[in-house]
Amino acid sequence: MLAKRIIPCLDVDKGRVVKGKKFQDIKDVANPVELAARYNREGADELVFYDITASNEERNIFLDVVEQVAREIAIPFMVGGGIRTIEDIHSVLHAGADKVSVNSAAVQRPELIKESSDKFGSQCIVLSIDAKKTADGDFHVFINGGRKDTGMDAIEWAKQGEALGAGELVVNAMDSDGEKNGYQIELTKKIADAVNIPVIASGGAGKYEHFSKVFTEGIDAALAASVFHYEEIPIPELKEYLSSQGIPMRRRA
Amino acid sequence: MIAIIDYGAGNIKSLQFALDKLGKTSKLTMDPEEINQADSIILPGVGAFKDAMEALQRYQLDTILKDEAANGKPILGICLGMQLFYEYSEENGGCHGLGLLSGSAKRISDKVKVPHMGWNILQQADQARALLNNLGDEPYVYFVHSYAVDGLEENTLVASADYGGRVPAIVQNKNITGMQFHPEKSGDVGIALLKNYEESIS
Repeated sequence: MLAKRIIPCLDVDKGRVVKGKKFQDIKDVANPVELAARYNREGADELVFYDITASNEERNIFLDVVEQVAREIAIPFMVGGGIRTIEDIHSVLHAGADKVSVNSAAVQRPELIKESSDKFGSQCIVLSIDAKKTADGDFHVFINGGRKDTGMDAIEWAKQGEALGAGELVVNAMDSDGEKNGYQIELTKKIADAVNIPVIASGGAGKYEHFSKVFTEGIDAALAASVFHYEEIPIPELKEYLSSQGIPMRRRA
Repeated sequence: MIAIIDYGAGNIKSLQFALDKLGKTSKLTMDPEEINQADSIILPGVGAFKDAMEALQRYQLDTILKDEAANGKPILGICLGMQLFYEYSEENGGCHGLGLLSGSAKRISDKVKVPHMGWNILQQADQARALLNNLGDEPYVYFVHSYAVDGLEENTLVASADYGGRVPAIVQNKNITGMQFHPEKSGDVGIALLKNYEESIS
């Protein structure tokens, strides 16, 4: 049986891992290569690196980090942030990443998903969706780091992303991000029910139970950052707990 | 030296780093002379079957691989590289493969999510093989694929995974070995598998 995946997310700024709340109050945390190696030892199933600055001169520092991570660890990892073109995708895959996530650029030009999945294969093109519940109860897609409401329905966009060739979806619930009150189950489940590709829940993990909740709802993977970075939730203990709840887990590195 | 066939197939770096960890020298190449001189060959692969076959044919690597296979040189196919060993794939309207092994690649059942993406457990087939030594309990390995091999010769199956039916995960017929998952992305279990494989051919 396919194991549910635990995915630490590392936001990288100028070659360092940083952490903010609701996309703000950014703090310096660690060296990304050292942190990646630690998560690998602890049994993380996959890693995500977001380049949160992505200015041109800092792009090369980031690509260097990607290559060092690939050298250090033997588990899959995804790279996102600032991916706008086929060339951007090629450069991170060439640096050693296994998957690339596209977000705002795909909203502005959905063909990017089709062109990139045709060229590199669906397995490495991940559509990352930043979504928030609006006053009328719908979930809208936001872009530009969560600053701009596109008015697009998040569930429809997820379906369109799958049809265009995305091999996986990350659902970032902006309301719950950094709040540690649990994943946004309603939205994530609606999306998971609407598509037939794996879905990664993101935003809101604070307790062990938040992970078991999201997995028992049929979500394939759960992403989190600060609870892992600050060792509030050690991955081996988390996996032990989830396993005891009957959730299939890969239990060693 | 291990020749990793260079035909534009995705992320090769991780594979090279994994071989480095085992102290194995590898070279990404499409040069017939270098492939001929190599002790063994790895055929990597991600992406679509047809594109991969066309790329191999463009550089006449298909003929080289068939010749080397016939000469008994050990060849390891990883992910799509394993599927290319077979006679046929139904991906994108169908395409013939290298035909080094009998069987074909068929789409994974839509009863489960496709691609088969993530960590799944290797289940040993009937006969125990040295390839599976020292993997420990619950050997999880990392899969990413939408097509799986069907109709293979049963005595070539070394291990399988369960996902919408039986997914052949490791196959072996004499000097030809295939791994449907990515050993270079499968943590310690993957490194152990590569080590077992390298020991078996050296």
